[in-house]
Amino acid sequence: MSRPTPLRDVHESLGATLTDFAGWLMPLRYGSESAEHNAVRQAAGLFDLSHMGEIFVTGPQAGEALDYALVGHLSALAPGRARYTMIVNERGGVLDDLIVYRLGDEEFMVVANASNYEKVGEELKNRAKSYNAVVEDRSEQYALIAVQGPRAQEILATLTDADLAGLKYYAGLPGLVDGRQALIARTGYTGEDGFELFVANQDAVPLWHALTEAGRAHGLRPAGLSSRDTLRLEAGMPLYGNELGVELTPFDAGLGRVVKFDKPGDFVGRSALEAVKDTPPRRRLVGLVARGRRVPRHGYPVIKDGAVVGEVTSGAPSQILGKPIAMAYVDNGAEAGLAVDIRGSHEPMDLIELPFYRRNK
Amino acid sequence: MSNIPDDLSYTKEHEWIAGLDDGITVTIGITAYAAEALGDVVYVQLPEAGATVEAGDSVGEVESTKSVSEIYTPVGGEVVEVNQAVVDDPSLANSDPYGDGWMFRVRVEGDPEDLLSAEEYSALTSGES
Repeated sequence: MSRPTPLRDVHESLGATLTDFAGWLMPLRYGSESAEHNAVRQAAGLFDLSHMGEIFVTGPQAGEALDYALVGHLSALAPGRARYTMIVNERGGVLDDLIVYRLGDEEFMVVANASNYEKVGEELKNRAKSYNAVVEDRSEQYALIAVQGPRAQEILATLTDADLAGLKYYAGLPGLVDGRQALIARTGYTGEDGFELFVANQDAVPLWHALTEAGRAHGLRPAGLSSRDTLRLEAGMPLYGNELGVELTPFDAGLGRVVKFDKPGDFVGRSALEAVKDTPPRRRLVGLVARGRRVPRHGYPVIKDGAVVGEVTSGAPSQILGKPIAMAYVDNGAEAGLAVDIRGSHEPMDLIELPFYRRNK
Repeated sequence: MSNIPDDLSYTKEHEWIAGLDDGITVTIGITAYAAEALGDVVYVQLPEAGATVEAGDSVGEVESTKSVSEIYTPVGGEVVEVNQAVVDDPSLANSDPYGDGWMFRVRVEGDPEDLLSAEEYSALTSGES
Protein backbone atom coordinates (compact mmCIF):
# COMPACT_ATOMS: atom_id res chain seq x y z
CA MET A 1 0.00 0.00 0.00
CA SER A 2 1.28 3.43 -0.85
CA ARG A 3 1.39 6.07 1.84
CA PRO A 4 -1.07 8.94 1.57
CA THR A 5 0.02 12.53 2.08
CA PRO A 6 -1.95 14.75 4.51
CA LEU A 7 -3.77 16.10 1.42
CA ARG A 8 -5.13 12.79 0.11
CA ASP A 9 -8.77 13.58 0.91
CA VAL A 10 -8.45 16.97 -0.76
CA HIS A 11 -7.08 15.35 -3.93
CA GLU A 12 -9.91 12.84 -3.98
CA SER A 13 -12.53 15.54 -3.55
CA LEU A 14 -10.95 17.36 -6.51
CA GLY A 15 -11.34 14.23 -8.64
CA ALA A 16 -7.61 13.60 -8.96
CA THR A 17 -6.22 10.52 -10.63
CA LEU A 18 -3.96 9.14 -7.91
CA THR A 19 -0.88 7.08 -8.60
CA ASP A 20 1.84 5.35 -6.66
CA PHE A 21 5.06 7.30 -6.84
CA ALA A 22 8.06 6.07 -4.86
CA GLY A 23 5.77 4.46 -2.31
CA TRP A 24 3.48 7.48 -1.96
CA LEU A 25 -0.07 7.89 -3.20
CA MET A 26 0.21 11.10 -5.22
CA PRO A 27 -2.02 13.12 -7.55
CA LEU A 28 -1.00 12.39 -11.15
CA ARG A 29 -3.45 14.96 -12.54
CA TYR A 30 -6.73 16.56 -11.58
CA GLY A 31 -8.12 16.93 -15.10
CA SER A 32 -6.19 17.74 -18.24
CA GLU A 33 -2.44 17.63 -17.55
CA SER A 34 -1.82 19.97 -20.50
CA ALA A 35 -4.12 22.55 -18.92
CA GLU A 36 -2.25 22.16 -15.62
CA HIS A 37 1.07 22.58 -17.41
CA ASN A 38 -0.13 25.71 -19.20
CA ALA A 39 -1.58 27.18 -16.02
CA VAL A 40 1.87 27.02 -14.41
CA ARG A 41 3.50 28.69 -17.43
CA GLN A 42 0.85 31.42 -17.72
CA ALA A 43 -0.61 31.90 -14.20
CA ALA A 44 0.11 29.50 -11.35
CA GLY A 45 -0.20 25.90 -10.22
CA LEU A 46 -0.63 24.39 -6.76
CA PHE A 47 1.33 21.20 -6.06
CA ASP A 48 1.36 18.70 -3.21
CA LEU A 49 4.99 17.63 -2.86
CA SER A 50 4.70 16.09 0.58
CA HIS A 51 6.46 12.96 -0.65
CA MET A 52 9.79 14.81 -0.65
CA GLY A 53 12.13 14.11 2.27
CA GLU A 54 13.24 16.68 4.86
CA ILE A 55 16.39 15.75 6.79
CA PHE A 56 17.66 18.17 9.41
CA VAL A 57 21.33 18.50 10.29
CA THR A 58 21.97 20.57 13.40
CA GLY A 59 24.83 21.35 15.75
CA PRO A 60 28.07 23.32 15.94
CA GLN A 61 29.67 21.23 13.15
CA ALA A 62 26.56 20.79 10.97
CA GLY A 63 28.18 22.71 8.10
CA GLU A 64 31.44 20.76 8.28
CA ALA A 65 29.54 17.47 8.42
CA LEU A 66 27.68 18.40 5.24
CA ASP A 67 30.91 19.53 3.55
CA TYR A 68 32.23 15.99 4.13
CA ALA A 69 28.98 14.21 3.28
CA LEU A 70 28.04 16.13 0.10
CA VAL A 71 29.87 17.44 -2.96
CA GLY A 72 28.97 21.08 -2.23
CA HIS A 73 30.50 23.67 0.11
CA LEU A 74 27.60 24.04 2.49
CA SER A 75 29.48 25.57 5.43
CA ALA A 76 30.02 28.60 3.17
CA LEU A 77 26.29 29.02 2.58
CA ALA A 78 24.78 32.09 4.23
CA PRO A 79 21.84 31.52 6.59
CA GLY A 80 18.62 31.99 4.64
CA ARG A 81 20.11 30.73 1.38
CA ALA A 82 19.80 27.40 -0.43
CA ARG A 83 21.99 25.35 -2.80
CA TYR A 84 21.41 22.63 -5.35
CA THR A 85 23.89 19.85 -4.56
CA MET A 86 24.41 16.09 -4.65
CA ILE A 87 25.38 13.17 -2.46
CA VAL A 88 27.68 10.63 -4.13
CA ASN A 89 29.25 7.33 -3.11
CA GLU A 90 33.01 6.61 -2.86
CA ARG A 91 33.09 5.94 -6.62
CA GLY A 92 31.53 9.33 -7.33
CA GLY A 93 28.16 7.81 -8.35
CA VAL A 94 25.16 10.02 -7.62
CA LEU A 95 23.01 8.72 -4.75
CA ASP A 96 20.61 11.68 -4.96
CA ASP A 97 20.34 15.29 -5.97
CA LEU A 98 19.38 17.61 -3.14
CA ILE A 99 18.48 21.13 -2.16
CA VAL A 100 20.10 22.19 1.10
CA TYR A 101 18.65 25.17 2.98
CA ARG A 102 20.69 26.86 5.69
CA LEU A 103 18.11 27.84 8.28
CA GLY A 104 20.57 29.15 10.86
CA ASP A 105 24.25 29.08 11.84
CA GLU A 106 23.85 25.57 13.20
CA GLU A 107 20.78 24.32 11.33
CA PHE A 108 20.42 22.93 7.81
CA MET A 109 17.52 21.23 6.04
CA VAL A 110 18.37 18.73 3.32
CA VAL A 111 15.53 18.09 0.88
CA ALA A 112 15.85 14.72 -0.85
CA ASN A 113 13.79 12.88 -3.45
CA ALA A 114 10.97 10.63 -2.27
CA SER A 115 12.63 7.55 -3.72
CA ASN A 116 15.91 8.24 -1.94
CA TYR A 117 15.41 10.11 1.31
CA GLU A 118 15.56 7.07 3.61
CA LYS A 119 18.88 6.06 2.06
CA VAL A 120 20.11 9.68 2.17
CA GLY A 121 19.17 9.98 5.84
CA GLU A 122 21.10 6.82 6.69
CA GLU A 123 24.14 7.96 4.69
CA LEU A 124 24.12 11.38 6.35
CA LYS A 125 23.94 9.77 9.80
CA ASN A 126 26.93 7.54 8.99
CA ARG A 127 28.94 10.33 7.44
CA ALA A 128 28.25 12.79 10.29
CA LYS A 129 29.34 10.37 13.04
CA SER A 130 32.69 11.98 13.78
CA TYR A 131 31.24 15.51 13.76
CA ASN A 132 29.44 17.41 16.48
CA ALA A 133 26.18 17.34 14.55
CA VAL A 134 22.83 15.56 14.76
CA VAL A 135 21.05 14.15 11.70
CA GLU A 136 17.30 13.71 11.99
CA ASP A 137 14.89 12.60 9.28
CA ARG A 138 11.71 14.63 9.84
CA SER A 139 10.09 13.73 6.50
CA GLU A 140 7.02 12.28 8.15
CA GLN A 141 6.34 15.47 10.10
CA TYR A 142 6.41 17.86 7.14
CA ALA A 143 4.12 18.53 4.24
CA LEU A 144 5.35 20.49 1.22
CA ILE A 145 3.05 22.63 -0.89
CA ALA A 146 4.39 24.52 -3.90
CA VAL A 147 2.90 27.52 -5.69
CA GLN A 148 4.62 27.85 -9.05
CA GLY A 149 4.12 30.27 -11.89
CA PRO A 150 4.33 33.96 -12.81
CA ARG A 151 1.41 34.84 -10.48
CA ALA A 152 2.82 32.90 -7.51
CA GLN A 153 4.16 35.93 -5.65
CA GLU A 154 0.93 37.91 -6.02
CA ILE A 155 -1.07 34.97 -4.71
CA LEU A 156 1.18 34.19 -1.77
CA ALA A 157 1.46 37.88 -0.83
CA THR A 158 -2.24 37.92 0.07
CA LEU A 159 -1.57 35.36 2.82
CA THR A 160 1.69 36.51 4.39
CA ASP A 161 3.53 39.61 5.59
CA ALA A 162 6.87 37.98 4.77
CA ASP A 163 9.12 40.00 2.45
CA LEU A 164 8.51 37.96 -0.69
CA ALA A 165 9.85 40.63 -3.03
CA GLY A 166 13.12 40.59 -1.09
CA LEU A 167 13.34 36.80 -1.14
CA LYS A 168 15.85 35.77 -3.80
CA TYR A 169 15.77 32.66 -5.97
CA TYR A 170 17.26 29.84 -3.90
CA ALA A 171 16.57 31.54 -0.59
CA GLY A 172 14.23 30.61 2.23
CA LEU A 173 12.88 32.29 5.34
CA PRO A 174 10.57 31.26 8.16
CA GLY A 175 7.26 33.13 8.22
CA LEU A 176 3.54 32.93 8.81
CA VAL A 177 1.34 31.98 5.86
CA ASP A 178 -2.37 32.23 6.59
CA GLY A 179 -1.33 32.32 10.24
CA ARG A 180 0.58 29.04 10.03
CA GLN A 181 4.31 28.64 10.62
CA ALA A 182 6.06 27.82 7.36
CA LEU A 183 9.47 27.79 5.77
CA ILE A 184 8.92 29.92 2.68
CA ALA A 185 11.45 29.01 -0.01
CA ARG A 186 11.84 30.53 -3.45
CA THR A 187 12.64 27.26 -5.18
CA GLY A 188 10.90 24.93 -7.58
CA TYR A 189 11.09 22.38 -10.33
CA THR A 190 9.04 23.92 -13.11
CA GLY A 191 11.24 26.54 -14.75
CA GLU A 192 8.97 29.27 -13.39
CA ASP A 193 9.21 31.64 -10.47
CA GLY A 194 7.54 30.17 -7.43
CA PHE A 195 7.57 29.19 -3.82
CA GLU A 196 7.76 26.00 -1.81
CA LEU A 197 6.10 26.03 1.60
CA PHE A 198 7.28 23.51 4.19
CA VAL A 199 4.64 23.18 6.90
CA ALA A 200 3.66 20.78 9.66
CA ASN A 201 1.39 17.97 8.44
CA GLN A 202 -1.66 19.27 10.29
CA ASP A 203 -1.40 22.65 8.53
CA ALA A 204 -1.37 21.21 5.03
CA VAL A 205 -5.14 21.02 4.40
CA PRO A 206 -6.06 24.50 5.70
CA LEU A 207 -3.08 26.01 3.87
CA TRP A 208 -4.09 24.29 0.61
CA HIS A 209 -7.62 25.70 0.94
CA ALA A 210 -6.32 29.19 1.75
CA LEU A 211 -4.02 29.14 -1.28
CA THR A 212 -6.83 27.84 -3.50
CA GLU A 213 -9.04 30.71 -2.36
CA ALA A 214 -6.27 33.29 -2.74
CA GLY A 215 -5.42 32.02 -6.20
CA ARG A 216 -8.94 31.86 -7.55
CA ALA A 217 -8.82 35.29 -9.17
CA HIS A 218 -5.32 34.64 -10.53
CA GLY A 219 -5.94 31.46 -12.50
CA LEU A 220 -4.30 29.15 -9.95
CA ARG A 221 -5.15 25.50 -10.47
CA PRO A 222 -4.10 22.32 -8.72
CA ALA A 223 -1.42 20.53 -10.72
CA GLY A 224 -0.29 16.93 -10.49
CA LEU A 225 2.95 15.05 -10.95
CA SER A 226 2.32 14.56 -14.67
CA SER A 227 2.51 18.29 -15.36
CA ARG A 228 5.40 18.65 -12.91
CA ASP A 229 7.33 16.17 -15.04
CA THR A 230 6.64 17.93 -18.35
CA LEU A 231 7.40 21.33 -16.78
CA ARG A 232 10.79 20.22 -15.45
CA LEU A 233 11.56 18.49 -18.75
CA GLU A 234 10.98 21.67 -20.75
CA ALA A 235 13.19 23.49 -18.24
CA GLY A 236 15.94 20.88 -18.76
CA MET A 237 16.00 19.90 -15.09
CA PRO A 238 17.27 16.40 -14.31
CA LEU A 239 15.17 13.78 -12.55
CA TYR A 240 16.85 11.19 -10.36
CA GLY A 241 16.29 7.76 -11.90
CA ASN A 242 16.13 9.26 -15.41
CA GLU A 243 19.00 11.71 -16.01
CA LEU A 244 20.78 10.89 -12.74
CA GLY A 245 21.68 7.57 -11.15
CA VAL A 246 24.32 5.77 -9.14
CA GLU A 247 26.14 4.65 -12.30
CA LEU A 248 26.70 8.29 -13.31
CA THR A 249 28.92 10.96 -11.76
CA PRO A 250 27.89 14.63 -11.60
CA PHE A 251 30.33 15.18 -14.51
CA ASP A 252 28.60 12.55 -16.64
CA ALA A 253 25.39 14.51 -16.19
CA GLY A 254 27.04 17.80 -17.17
CA LEU A 255 26.63 19.03 -13.60
CA GLY A 256 30.27 18.99 -12.51
CA ARG A 257 29.88 22.60 -11.36
CA VAL A 258 28.15 21.37 -8.19
CA VAL A 259 31.35 19.58 -7.10
CA LYS A 260 33.41 22.01 -4.99
CA PHE A 261 36.97 20.68 -4.99
CA ASP A 262 38.27 23.93 -3.51
CA LYS A 263 36.44 23.46 -0.21
CA PRO A 264 38.64 22.50 2.75
CA GLY A 265 39.02 18.88 3.78
CA ASP A 266 38.09 15.57 2.28
CA PHE A 267 34.60 14.62 1.17
CA VAL A 268 33.04 11.34 0.17
CA GLY A 269 33.83 10.73 -3.50
CA ARG A 270 36.57 13.39 -3.79
CA SER A 271 39.36 11.15 -5.11
CA ALA A 272 37.07 9.36 -7.58
CA LEU A 273 35.70 12.65 -8.90
CA GLU A 274 39.15 14.29 -9.12
CA ALA A 275 40.22 11.40 -11.32
CA VAL A 276 37.44 12.02 -13.84
CA LYS A 277 36.93 15.76 -13.70
CA ASP A 278 39.17 16.56 -16.66
CA THR A 279 38.17 13.59 -18.80
CA PRO A 280 35.29 14.40 -21.12
CA PRO A 281 32.60 11.76 -20.66
CA ARG A 282 31.83 9.55 -23.64
CA ARG A 283 28.24 10.82 -23.76
CA ARG A 284 26.63 14.09 -22.86
CA LEU A 285 23.12 15.08 -21.89
CA VAL A 286 21.35 16.92 -24.72
CA GLY A 287 17.89 17.88 -25.85
CA LEU A 288 16.11 16.24 -28.76
CA VAL A 289 13.17 17.75 -30.63
CA ALA A 290 11.10 15.36 -32.73
CA ARG A 291 10.23 16.30 -36.27
CA GLY A 292 7.23 13.99 -36.18
CA ARG A 293 4.49 13.51 -33.64
CA ARG A 294 5.55 10.28 -31.94
CA VAL A 295 7.02 10.67 -28.49
CA PRO A 296 10.52 9.42 -27.57
CA ARG A 297 10.43 7.87 -24.11
CA HIS A 298 12.73 6.76 -21.29
CA GLY A 299 15.04 3.96 -22.42
CA TYR A 300 14.52 4.28 -26.18
CA PRO A 301 17.78 4.06 -28.24
CA VAL A 302 19.16 7.08 -30.09
CA ILE A 303 20.29 6.08 -33.59
CA LYS A 304 22.70 7.58 -36.13
CA ASP A 305 23.50 5.85 -39.42
CA GLY A 306 21.86 2.69 -38.14
CA ALA A 307 24.01 2.47 -35.01
CA VAL A 308 23.03 3.15 -31.40
CA VAL A 309 24.69 6.39 -30.25
CA GLY A 310 22.71 7.12 -27.12
CA GLU A 311 19.64 6.62 -25.00
CA VAL A 312 16.60 8.70 -24.13
CA THR A 313 16.26 9.46 -20.42
CA SER A 314 12.96 11.41 -20.42
CA GLY A 315 10.49 12.33 -23.14
CA ALA A 316 7.09 13.93 -23.48
CA PRO A 317 5.01 16.12 -25.75
CA SER A 318 6.06 19.74 -25.19
CA GLN A 319 3.35 22.35 -24.78
CA ILE A 320 5.76 25.21 -25.47
CA LEU A 321 7.22 23.77 -28.68
CA GLY A 322 4.13 21.89 -29.81
CA LYS A 323 6.34 18.89 -30.57
CA PRO A 324 7.62 15.89 -28.65
CA ILE A 325 10.89 16.54 -26.81
CA ALA A 326 13.37 14.39 -24.95
CA MET A 327 16.50 14.50 -22.89
CA ALA A 328 19.06 11.91 -23.93
CA TYR A 329 22.64 10.88 -23.35
CA VAL A 330 24.27 10.99 -26.79
CA ASP A 331 27.83 10.14 -27.88
CA ASN A 332 30.13 13.12 -28.28
CA GLY A 333 30.31 14.09 -31.93
CA ALA A 334 26.91 12.64 -32.85
CA GLU A 335 24.91 15.78 -33.58
CA ALA A 336 23.25 15.69 -36.98
CA GLY A 337 21.20 12.92 -38.56
CA LEU A 338 19.87 11.59 -35.27
CA ALA A 339 16.78 9.47 -34.81
CA VAL A 340 15.10 7.71 -31.92
CA ASP A 341 13.97 4.13 -32.29
CA ILE A 342 10.33 4.42 -31.30
CA ARG A 343 9.09 0.86 -31.11
CA GLY A 344 10.91 -0.17 -34.25
CA SER A 345 10.51 2.98 -36.29
CA HIS A 346 13.42 5.43 -36.58
CA GLU A 347 11.90 8.86 -36.01
CA PRO A 348 14.11 11.83 -36.95
CA MET A 349 15.20 14.21 -34.18
CA ASP A 350 17.01 17.54 -34.04
CA LEU A 351 19.59 17.97 -31.30
CA ILE A 352 19.50 21.16 -29.25
CA GLU A 353 21.35 22.35 -26.18
CA LEU A 354 19.28 22.29 -22.98
CA PRO A 355 17.01 23.75 -21.79
CA PHE A 356 14.03 23.70 -24.16
CA TYR A 357 12.43 26.56 -22.26
CA ARG A 358 13.77 29.51 -20.30
CA ARG A 359 11.37 31.97 -18.74
CA ASN A 360 11.62 35.70 -19.40
CA LYS A 361 12.83 37.35 -16.23
CA MET B 1 -17.32 6.31 -12.96
CA SER B 2 -16.70 6.44 -16.68
CA ASN B 3 -19.43 6.66 -19.25
CA ILE B 4 -20.20 3.20 -20.72
CA PRO B 5 -23.05 3.36 -23.27
CA ASP B 6 -25.41 0.35 -23.15
CA ASP B 7 -25.70 -0.06 -26.91
CA LEU B 8 -22.02 -0.79 -27.61
CA SER B 9 -19.86 -3.88 -27.24
CA TYR B 10 -16.46 -3.77 -25.56
CA THR B 11 -13.11 -5.55 -25.34
CA LYS B 12 -10.88 -6.28 -22.39
CA GLU B 13 -8.33 -3.98 -24.09
CA HIS B 14 -10.76 -1.06 -23.72
CA GLU B 15 -12.01 -0.67 -27.27
CA TRP B 16 -15.68 -0.17 -28.09
CA ILE B 17 -17.47 -1.55 -31.16
CA ALA B 18 -20.63 -0.08 -32.64
CA GLY B 19 -22.88 -1.43 -35.34
CA LEU B 20 -22.30 -5.15 -34.79
CA ASP B 21 -25.98 -5.91 -35.21
CA ASP B 22 -25.88 -4.40 -38.66
CA GLY B 23 -23.51 -7.20 -39.55
CA ILE B 24 -21.62 -5.39 -42.28
CA THR B 25 -19.44 -2.52 -41.15
CA VAL B 26 -18.53 -1.74 -37.54
CA THR B 27 -17.01 1.36 -35.94
CA ILE B 28 -14.24 1.00 -33.36
CA GLY B 29 -12.83 3.43 -30.82
CA ILE B 30 -11.32 3.52 -27.34
CA THR B 31 -13.50 3.82 -24.25
CA ALA B 32 -13.87 6.82 -21.97
CA TYR B 33 -12.24 4.70 -19.27
CA ALA B 34 -9.19 4.14 -21.48
CA ALA B 35 -9.01 7.81 -22.43
CA GLU B 36 -9.18 8.88 -18.78
CA ALA B 37 -6.52 6.36 -17.80
CA LEU B 38 -4.21 7.59 -20.57
CA GLY B 39 -4.65 11.29 -19.84
CA ASP B 40 -4.37 13.85 -22.62
CA VAL B 41 -4.06 11.95 -25.90
CA VAL B 42 -1.40 13.58 -28.09
CA TYR B 43 -0.93 11.13 -30.96
CA VAL B 44 -3.08 8.56 -32.70
CA GLN B 45 -1.78 6.11 -35.29
CA LEU B 46 -4.39 4.16 -37.24
CA PRO B 47 -4.29 1.41 -39.87
CA GLU B 48 -4.44 2.33 -43.57
CA ALA B 49 -7.81 2.30 -45.22
CA GLY B 50 -7.93 -0.81 -47.42
CA ALA B 51 -5.75 -2.87 -45.07
CA THR B 52 -6.86 -6.38 -44.18
CA VAL B 53 -6.79 -7.09 -40.45
CA GLU B 54 -7.44 -10.11 -38.29
CA ALA B 55 -9.30 -10.15 -35.02
CA GLY B 56 -6.84 -9.51 -32.16
CA ASP B 57 -4.27 -7.72 -34.34
CA SER B 58 -2.53 -4.62 -33.03
CA VAL B 59 -3.49 -2.07 -35.69
CA GLY B 60 -2.48 1.25 -34.20
CA GLU B 61 -1.45 3.14 -31.11
CA VAL B 62 -2.61 5.91 -28.85
CA GLU B 63 -0.06 8.07 -27.07
CA SER B 64 -0.64 10.38 -24.14
CA THR B 65 1.67 12.61 -22.18
CA LYS B 66 2.66 9.76 -19.89
CA SER B 67 2.19 6.55 -21.84
CA VAL B 68 1.46 4.72 -25.05
CA SER B 69 -0.94 1.86 -25.67
CA GLU B 70 -1.81 -0.24 -28.66
CA ILE B 71 -5.16 -0.37 -30.41
CA TYR B 72 -6.37 -3.90 -31.10
CA THR B 73 -9.07 -4.73 -33.58
CA PRO B 74 -11.67 -7.04 -32.09
CA VAL B 75 -12.91 -8.01 -35.56
CA GLY B 76 -11.23 -9.14 -38.77
CA GLY B 77 -11.94 -7.82 -42.22
CA GLU B 78 -11.11 -4.83 -44.38
CA VAL B 79 -10.48 -1.40 -42.91
CA VAL B 80 -12.87 0.73 -44.92
CA GLU B 81 -12.41 4.10 -43.26
CA VAL B 82 -10.19 5.78 -40.66
CA ASN B 83 -11.01 8.91 -38.69
CA GLN B 84 -8.61 11.56 -40.01
CA ALA B 85 -10.15 14.08 -37.58
CA VAL B 86 -8.84 12.21 -34.53
CA VAL B 87 -5.41 11.87 -36.16
CA ASP B 88 -5.34 15.63 -36.73
CA ASP B 89 -6.79 16.44 -33.30
CA PRO B 90 -6.05 13.57 -30.90
CA SER B 91 -7.79 15.40 -28.03
CA LEU B 92 -11.09 14.21 -29.59
CA ALA B 93 -10.29 10.83 -28.03
CA ASN B 94 -10.60 12.52 -24.63
CA SER B 95 -13.42 14.95 -25.29
CA ASP B 96 -15.76 12.66 -27.28
CA PRO B 97 -14.47 9.07 -27.19
CA TYR B 98 -17.76 7.51 -28.39
CA GLY B 99 -18.50 10.20 -30.97
CA ASP B 100 -16.07 12.38 -32.92
CA GLY B 101 -13.18 10.47 -31.34
CA TRP B 102 -13.98 7.19 -33.14
CA MET B 103 -10.93 5.48 -34.67
CA PHE B 104 -11.69 3.25 -37.70
CA ARG B 105 -14.34 1.19 -39.47
CA VAL B 106 -14.02 -2.44 -40.54
CA ARG B 107 -16.13 -4.50 -42.95
CA VAL B 108 -16.40 -7.63 -40.86
CA GLU B 109 -15.35 -11.06 -42.07
CA GLY B 110 -15.59 -13.99 -39.70
CA ASP B 111 -16.40 -13.99 -36.00
CA PRO B 112 -15.30 -11.27 -33.61
CA GLU B 113 -13.06 -11.91 -30.63
CA ASP B 114 -14.75 -12.42 -27.28
CA LEU B 115 -16.68 -9.25 -26.68
CA LEU B 116 -18.10 -7.84 -23.48
CA SER B 117 -21.51 -6.29 -22.88
CA ALA B 118 -21.69 -2.84 -21.28
CA GLU B 119 -22.51 -4.53 -17.98
CA GLU B 120 -19.54 -6.88 -18.21
CA TYR B 121 -17.21 -4.04 -19.23
CA SER B 122 -18.45 -1.94 -16.35
CA ALA B 123 -17.63 -4.79 -13.95
CA LEU B 124 -14.17 -5.13 -15.50
CA THR B 125 -13.29 -1.47 -15.16
CA SER B 126 -14.69 -0.99 -11.68
CA GLY B 127 -12.41 -3.85 -10.62
CA GLU B 128 -9.42 -2.06 -12.13
CA SER B 129 -10.00 1.38 -10.77
